[in-house]
Amino acid sequence: MKFLVCISNVPDTTTKITFTPDNKEFNKAGVQFVINPWDEYALTRAIELKEAQGAGTVTVLNVGEADTEPNIRKALAIGADDAIRVNAHPKDAFFVAKQIAAVAKDGGYDVILMGKESIDYNGFQVHGMVGELLGIPTVAPAMKLDMSGNTATLEREIEGGKEIVEVNAPFVASCQQPMCEPRIPNMRGIMTARTKPLKVVEATADAARTEVETFALPPAKQGVKLIPAENAGELIRLLRNEAKVI
Amino acid sequence: MSVLVVVECDGGEVKKSSLEVASYGSQVAQMLGTTATAIAVGEATEANLALLGEQGISKVLYDAEPRLKDFVNGAYTKLIAAAAQKEEAKVIVLANSNIGAAVGSRLSIRLEASIATNVVELPKTDGGKFVVKRGAFSGKAFADVELAGDRKIIAVKKNSIEALHEAGKTAPVESFSAQLTDADFADAPKEVIMQDQAGGVLLPEADLVVSGGRGMKGPENWNLIEDLAKALGAATACSKPVSDVDWRPHHEHVGQTGITVSPNLYIACGISGAIQHLAGVNSSKVIVVINKDPEAPFFKAADYGIVGDVFDVLPKLTEAVKQLN
Ligand SMILES: Cc1cc2nc3c(=O)[nH]c(=O)nc-3n(C[C@H](O)[C@H](O)[C@H](O)COP(=O)(O)OP(=O)(O)OC[C@H]3O[C@@H](n4cnc5c(N)ncnc54)[C@H](O)[C@@H]3O)c2cc1C
Ligand SMILES: Nc1ncnc2c1ncn2[C@@H]1O[C@H](COP(=O)(O)O)[C@@H](O)[C@H]1O
Repeated sequence: MKFLVCISNVPDTTTKITFTPDNKEFNKAGVQFVINPWDEYALTRAIELKEAQGAGTVTVLNVGEADTEPNIRKALAIGADDAIRVNAHPKDAFFVAKQIAAVAKDGGYDVILMGKESIDYNGFQVHGMVGELLGIPTVAPAMKLDMSGNTATLEREIEGGKEIVEVNAPFVASCQQPMCEPRIPNMRGIMTARTKPLKVVEATADAARTEVETFALPPAKQGVKLIPAENAGELIRLLRNEAKVI
Repeated sequence: MSVLVVVECDGGEVKKSSLEVASYGSQVAQMLGTTATAIAVGEATEANLALLGEQGISKVLYDAEPRLKDFVNGAYTKLIAAAAQKEEAKVIVLANSNIGAAVGSRLSIRLEASIATNVVELPKTDGGKFVVKRGAFSGKAFADVELAGDRKIIAVKKNSIEALHEAGKTAPVESFSAQLTDADFADAPKEVIMQDQAGGVLLPEADLVVSGGRGMKGPENWNLIEDLAKALGAATACSKPVSDVDWRPHHEHVGQTGITVSPNLYIACGISGAIQHLAGVNSSKVIVVINKDPEAPFFKAADYGIVGDVFDVLPKLTEAVKQLN
């Protein structure tokens, strides 16, 4: 089977978030970028399924500028066979989905895997949009994905429970734990990744539908009010009478 | 022109988050000088749907097709798109839930609408623009986002806006059918497995949350968390390492790579407050931290704190809640 895994390039989870002086853009200075943590589940599961099938390919796809290539190479080192970068700034979810759908249409992929959401934009959008653009189902967010022939069995998380869903390829799934144990690159992987194909393609002419006007940080906390442990019950009184939350 | 709100129901009741969505939608309708219609999905009763009038809804559409009781992305999308067309909806409001956000993304393509998820405030419409505030960077920031075009979709984050409540006001409930076919049910679930609630509260819908970390030492001590949660009527949650080693189920794990919660009260017991954990909880209204290490980073994000041993403090808190009740 042909797997397409979409990865986004996001600030490391420990990053202290700051913005450019006009508050219009995220301040990238000194920030370490990583493969979006959820996308690691998608990547590893695609590789596992390919290995189990004993045939097929895993292609990774990123919509981004040249500075995302180290993480694309990392995905190749983890075990993807080849990569495509759509050379564009990922303007918004719609723009990204259009790029992914265009690549997917040309490539004839059977299974398109993504992460649950990008931890920078937190949109939970691109997978649904791509499914709709291609006219195929999206199962999001999926906690489990097994394939038997052309049919996939997935566990979809819903509030308070899960659904067991069966769909036939082609389909889109957005992945989250506990789907698999994300792999890390080994030495051999890192060596072979250097020579695996990474194709750069130009973006379609689609415009974005949303635009960030300003970013802001949440208001700072007032500071913690400490209650002595001996007098723990006092906390409950404060939560009722002062904070009024219980 | 109208505003369409998508209301999720479960076991005959309208979900609390959907009451907030309905209230959001009716306030947007008022801003735009129009009315808000609701389309209900899931298992609903006519009586409960009519009560959406209390949230300012003028009319409720409902398709009683039994296969719509469970979430089916394809069918829900078609149903809501049909309702949007019928009502000539300019703005569609849904919950930022796994259901709402998933349907919203498909709808945005089908209806050629712009969309923002994770929205935390009513829109600003000065100067002919339509701007919403949404959470970004895993709760570490907010973004004001302009939604372009003629149609807009907004997925509202739970607990970020107050539900309206005009007691006794009702809305007419109309049956509505989108002529769904078998093909629309391609992603229908074979089976739905709900968590064993055992009288407890579901985490994604909870107003109060008691959460434990590695400081709890082992699953055998979770009765301390559960006792306090029960006394408060709270849901239980945990940090990632706790679910990684199976002390607690995965669906209780909150944080950047778990679920995001925004309850009125989050009580963290024996959790250090790593940045990835905070990302999932820092939009809680009030945060309480119990940790024996006064230097634990979580205290910086807390409103109230107790420097102490969870094994000593938790029983005292449970006792105090029981006395209060
Ligand atoms: C990519 C990535 C994603 C991550 N995503 C998440 C996520 O989504 N959610 C998440 O939670 N973590 C996440 N983490 C892990 C995170 O970095 C921390 O390791 C984790 O949150 C720590 O969990 P903890 O606070 O329970 O344990 P610890 O850090 O071990 O803290 C235990 C705390 O308990 C206190 N304690 C010990 N004994 C007692 C006692 N008797 N009484 C009172 N206090 C006591 C200690 O002082 C300490 O502060 C992620 C990490 C990475 C790298
Ligand atoms: N720029 C991008 N390039 C490739 N895939 C992306 C990009 N942005 C988002 N995705 C994929 O879409 C998923 C959902 O992202 P989002 O809708 O932004 O939360 C991510 O987990 C990725 O798998």
